[in-house]
Amino acid sequence: MSVAMAEVAKPRHAAWSAWLAAGRAWLFLGALVIGFELWSRLSFGATFIFNASNVRSIAVFATAPLLLAIGQTFVIISGGIDLSVGFTMGLAAVVASQVMNGTSGTLGDFGSLLAGVAAAGLVAVVPGVVNGLLIARLRVPPFIGTLGMYGVARGVAYLVAGGTTVPVDNRILSFLGNGTIGAVPVVVLVTALAMLGLHYLLSQTRFGQYVYAIGGSRQASLRAGIDVGGVTVRLYILSALSAAVGGVLYAGRFSAGAAQAGEPLLLDSIAAVVIGGASLFGGSGTLVGTLIGALIVAVIQYGLVFINVEPFWQFVAVGVVIIISVLVDQSQRKSGGRVDD
Amino acid sequence: MTEPLLEARNIYKRFGGVHALENVTFRLDAGEVVALAGDNGAGKSTLIKIISGVFPPDEGELRYQGEPVALGNPQDARRRGIETIYQDLALADNLDVGANIFLGREPMRRVFGVPVMDRRRMRAEAAHALEALDIGLDRLDRPVRALSGGQRQCIAIGRAIHWNARVLIMDEPTAALGVPEQRRVIALIRSLKLSGVGVIFISHNLADIFDVSDRIVVLRRGVNVGERPTREANADEIVRLMVGG
Ligand SMILES: Nc1ncnc2c1ncn2[C@@H]1O[C@H](COP(=O)(O)OP(=O)(O)O)[C@@H](O)[C@H]1O
Ligand SMILES: [Mg+2]
Repeated sequence: MSVAMAEVAKPRHAAWSAWLAAGRAWLFLGALVIGFELWSRLSFGATFIFNASNVRSIAVFATAPLLLAIGQTFVIISGGIDLSVGFTMGLAAVVASQVMNGTSGTLGDFGSLLAGVAAAGLVAVVPGVVNGLLIARLRVPPFIGTLGMYGVARGVAYLVAGGTTVPVDNRILSFLGNGTIGAVPVVVLVTALAMLGLHYLLSQTRFGQYVYAIGGSRQASLRAGIDVGGVTVRLYILSALSAAVGGVLYAGRFSAGAAQAGEPLLLDSIAAVVIGGASLFGGSGTLVGTLIGALIVAVIQYGLVFINVEPFWQFVAVGVVIIISVLVDQSQRKSGGRVDD
Repeated sequence: MTEPLLEARNIYKRFGGVHALENVTFRLDAGEVVALAGDNGAGKSTLIKIISGVFPPDEGELRYQGEPVALGNPQDARRRGIETIYQDLALADNLDVGANIFLGREPMRRVFGVPVMDRRRMRAEAAHALEALDIGLDRLDRPVRALSGGQRQCIAIGRAIHWNARVLIMDEPTAALGVPEQRRVIALIRSLKLSGVGVIFISHNLADIFDVSDRIVVLRRGVNVGERPTREANADEIVRLMVGG
């Protein structure tokens, strides 16, 4: 038996397998949409999904958790988790709003927007770097390190906000948050651009490859000469920055920064990643999967509102879906041959 | 006598009061397979850790390709072509064969000016590298998790050779494998030998030692107590050297 060259000549396989790995999530998304469609037709005689305004709402709904989930996908593939993103997002939203308010007189709408975005990015880098160093250099378990940072970012965000929300009035920011280009909301465009760029980073570059390698085996990565510590620090910075983008867009959507902006989104973002097929054991996952996962979360949330279910059921539903996804992942690892300790 | 590929001269290493190695001299030629035998605690792992740059000797000299060398760390040793295969720590299970062979040295290509990883080339070169060593795999596009222990071991060895390892060190390479898998690894060691690689392997399995090695070096309590060309040795004698008396 020797290497079959036919297999070698199939370069597209990797691209396809990324989509197939998300196959379960596709099915689930389809089933959900069909379920809500039937319910909607039977109960109200109205369509759920063949309604442009519903589709647009679901897309906008999906952007906020998706932005957090983009960074979270990288972190989870590497075998970590970032619990601090929700409050990093809130901190970024508050800081961006304060800076824009403070500079709008001198810099105008555009200048103060740039200043606010830069400030949000800079302030988000701090928890990102600290998380990364704690985990990479001091070997603190990611769960604990980022939980500590969750507390720190939360406290600082409320302090910066003076315990309240920070209204902000900037026309360009509002356009980012609520405007449309053609029929497409700007937040959806921005999120799509971020997705594209980071999909490239994850699937086509060495950095992305090392994220998978570290999640698969930290030892093997070290032995292959990969700068595991450096990659890990950059991962948590990436996660914090994707939360900062979420924070700025939040301030645009609601014309205000709020410390608690990202609080409910932590659950949603982790849900998107694990529903999308990433394993919490590390080593697997794709941004395509995360996108579908975020759409599933958004369809559940928007659909439940649409059929008049009390909004608190959304948390229950998303929580249950996370648990089921993790159970499926675990059972697959048990049946799927070797499992390393 | 030609210059050996690798030589350790009069090596001493102590851990507190324990003399792990005492005045040990060891040589390895290109294309030679040397079995390192000895009871638990004899100093085998300590010797290969010195050769692979994990720590320096207290005293003694390491020479490689005719020159004295000081190995600062394992990366240093690997850069010079001295590669150690550790049981099951070498591969990232979730990556395919090509990705593992190129891990840390991925080739890139450009698509419309944008650099992207050249997966096609990784897979093709991996196929060639494995074929050259006669390592048969029917698919290279699956995570190596799906492969057997012996196949994984062979891929780790194949990677080292692809990146020009001249000395290959294996600590118990067949210990965790079933019998057909052991054969596969033994066959691979034979083909490495033919391509001029020097192989050091530690084993408790006398059958393996006699099957594949050219020379047997026996350590006991940190001392090199005997060396025999495998052709002239017999198992009783080796065991006697190992346990003493
Ligand atoms: N890092 C270490 N610290 C202290 N003692 C050690 C260390 N490594 C090895 N030793 C001691 O050195 C001796 C040789 O060990 P080792 O080289 O592992 O033997 P072998 O591999 O032949 O079983 C043993 O007595 C062992 O306890
Ligand atoms: Mg040992």
